Amino acid sequence: MAGIVGYGAYVPCYRIKAETIARQWGGDPAAVKRGLLLEEKTVPGQDEDTITISVQAARYALQRADISPADIGAVYIGSESHPYAVKPSGTVLIDALGIGPKVHVADYEFACKAGTEAMFVAWSHVQAGHMKYAIGIGADTSQGAPGDALEYTASAGGAAFIMGTENVAAEVLHTYSFTSDTPDFWRKEYEYYPQHSGRFTGEPAYFKHILGAGRGMLEESDYKPEDFAFAVFHMPNGKFPLRAGKMLGFKKEQIEEGWLVNIMGNTYSGSSPTGLAAILDVAKPGDLIFMVSFGSGAGSDGFIFQATERLPDIQGKAPKIRAILDQNKRYLDYGLYAKYRRKIIFNSPV
Amino acid sequence: MRDVYVIGIGMTHFGELWDTSFRDLFVEAALEAFGDANMDRLDSMYIGCMSGGLFVGQEHVGALLADYLGRVPIPTTRVETACASGGAAVRQAYLEVASGMSEVVLAGGVEKMTDSADVTAALATAADQEYEVYQGVTFPGLYALMARAHMHTYHTTREQLALVAVKNHHHGAMNSKTQFPFEITVEQVLASSMVADPLRLLDCSPVSDGAAAVILASEEVAKQAKGHPLVRVVASTQATGAMALHTRTDLTRLDTVEHSAQVAYQQAGITPDQVDVTEVHDCFTIAEICVMEALGYAEPGRAAALVEAGETRLGGSMPINTSGGLKSKGHPVGASGVAQVVELTIQLRREGGTRQVEGARIGLAQNMGGTGASSTVHILEGQA
Amino acid sequence: MKSPQYTREIPQRYRLEAEKCRQCGKVHFPPRLICDACQSQEFEQVILSRAGRILTWTVIHVPPTNFDLEAPYIIAIVELEEGVRLTCQVVDCDPEELAVDAPVEMVFRRIQEDSQADIIQYGYKAVLSRP
Repeated sequence: MAGIVGYGAYVPCYRIKAETIARQWGGDPAAVKRGLLLEEKTVPGQDEDTITISVQAARYALQRADISPADIGAVYIGSESHPYAVKPSGTVLIDALGIGPKVHVADYEFACKAGTEAMFVAWSHVQAGHMKYAIGIGADTSQGAPGDALEYTASAGGAAFIMGTENVAAEVLHTYSFTSDTPDFWRKEYEYYPQHSGRFTGEPAYFKHILGAGRGMLEESDYKPEDFAFAVFHMPNGKFPLRAGKMLGFKKEQIEEGWLVNIMGNTYSGSSPTGLAAILDVAKPGDLIFMVSFGSGAGSDGFIFQATERLPDIQGKAPKIRAILDQNKRYLDYGLYAKYRRKIIFNSPV
Repeated sequence: MRDVYVIGIGMTHFGELWDTSFRDLFVEAALEAFGDANMDRLDSMYIGCMSGGLFVGQEHVGALLADYLGRVPIPTTRVETACASGGAAVRQAYLEVASGMSEVVLAGGVEKMTDSADVTAALATAADQEYEVYQGVTFPGLYALMARAHMHTYHTTREQLALVAVKNHHHGAMNSKTQFPFEITVEQVLASSMVADPLRLLDCSPVSDGAAAVILASEEVAKQAKGHPLVRVVASTQATGAMALHTRTDLTRLDTVEHSAQVAYQQAGITPDQVDVTEVHDCFTIAEICVMEALGYAEPGRAAALVEAGETRLGGSMPINTSGGLKSKGHPVGASGVAQVVELTIQLRREGGTRQVEGARIGLAQNMGGTGASSTVHILEGQA
Repeated sequence: MKSPQYTREIPQRYRLEAEKCRQCGKVHFPPRLICDACQSQEFEQVILSRAGRILTWTVIHVPPTNFDLEAPYIIAIVELEEGVRLTCQVVDCDPEELAVDAPVEMVFRRIQEDSQADIIQYGYKAVLSRP
């Protein structure tokens, strides 16, 4: 059965605390942290972008998969912060990792679910027997306008999953997608920052689609929430995934392992994929994992994974995401953060 | 090969010369050299210029300068070996006279660096563009990498580096053509702004405009040019080495300088201790230390102690950079190698005034490009 | 740097592609057409390991224009396991954490852009190996 043969996740070492941002805009730090259930978020280094984050995550995935990069037949990067408006991200990645040139490459965008979209298509290829391996990546250096609620959460990171049919570490048992046209959050060409429709992003968008996909997948698969060792949902803030999980019948203990948002923020396309990587870092053979992403606009992709005997063998072959999140944290003040995120107008070079 | 003499020298003031153009800088220096030589004959010219293209958008420099010097149709060629362009121009002129092909050849050097070009980026083209500069390294940065390696290997101190600049400013204060004709202190060097750790602003030679010219001639012509004691070029050498600093086995050593010096000592039939006055390429303070070791003036790791002991100061046993060096005099890159020969000629003619090295008879000029991938050495001999 | 010049060096900048002299075994990065040690012109391709150590370093405070926003930044000479040396930035650390012989790993990062509108130029940088 097809599934994940290698996975890797990466976040930059820079951080900004929610209270630093709150103070900048005259907010109440305690109220912000309580409201979002979030302490801090990752910030990309000045030399990092969706491509470099994808390369690092995919390098870890290759280390775990222990396969020849040349055997990878497709590379898909899902992101809403591809560095170029026109020019693929994936081409840089294949040349950095020695994949191809016989390879199918595409960049995906579907707000925060572009990563699971990439995973879904990669998995579909190997499931159908089109190719030996395919890699799906979700990564972002998320944008949030200065002073906007999103600024507290929009962070940087990503995860990569190599799908295959041999030496599988986590089989894909079921998938389910739930999609409708719901403009809750968007960014038009030439706009720096996304717009969102406030509370409309909650019930009619996030919850409708997460619950739609989650319930549909449970029904089709005949599993019950208590069958799962772990569950991970898209994490726009700390509260939403806990609430969605509860509404689906999951307990906090099942969600906690993949719930990185309190120390990482919302890595958009990389959010639930990075949470999945955190789960794979600790899951045991036989464990069932429930995953539902969410992308504004809007849609959710659901996966049910089951860890195999091989998973423990590969967990230690690359850094684990919670260890990456823990080490070498470098805190920025708001001024440096604004510079790193290019939120300041600079002179063009003379 | 026949003997070659320096019969005329000229140089502009070095500094920020807002009112003088690239071409006029050169013409001014060349005219001074003709006046000094007291003769008008000229068969050919070589011009050292590192980057007319990047600094003032001007290539085809030879033709332009011959034209504005009013010397068409003599053959004029621009020579480029980065900051050693001046030294290389002197060497080409030397070879043309020594070979017997010409009787009188001018070696010039000129650079106009203050016309608002991106000087850091322009100078960086002297390093490996694809594998050093691409990563964001600068020239002060490359020499800083050498400085830290030297400090790590030999325990060379920050203060010892500063003393090189202090000494060169002391000399430069006695030279009317220097960009910075004033004394500085170790404290001032150590308090100056950081450029590339551990090198600070006052460890670095400045951005300068300027030109220098020397006229070389055969013995026959030199003896007709009356007015100055004869100064003979007794060695003219050049060596090349690995372009990228990181490919060198020992990051503290300048192998090309060592090579060009050893061949020069052989040509001149002298040993380093016979040199009375030396001009070296002190683009950064650490460079002077490394060059001293490469010239054989000190064992590896021992040059800094000699600087500290005052041996390289005027009055010491081996005065170095009596002109003020690149640090105080200024460093219009293409001109520097020629200006070194100008200073040696002044010293060997005993026309140095307050900065005259007493009894100077043998002088050595060392000029290098990049992080030392090109090095030229000239040894000049005055009269006993 | 414009696209054609940048693109030519992608194998080196992106994945540290080097070559080993078949005659004397010297590893060259970047590849050369002739071995500077033995003059041989026969080579085999090798991919360099991404582990090395710092030989010397500096902190650039006065950068070229393309690096204006990054200064101050660290530049080091790094020796990789194969003995190959290269010049690169060391990122995600403070200069106080550096030492001669400190172990590093090579990572893939953005290096520079000529302007906001021009291509993004990627390549290798080093990060300190952390336990």
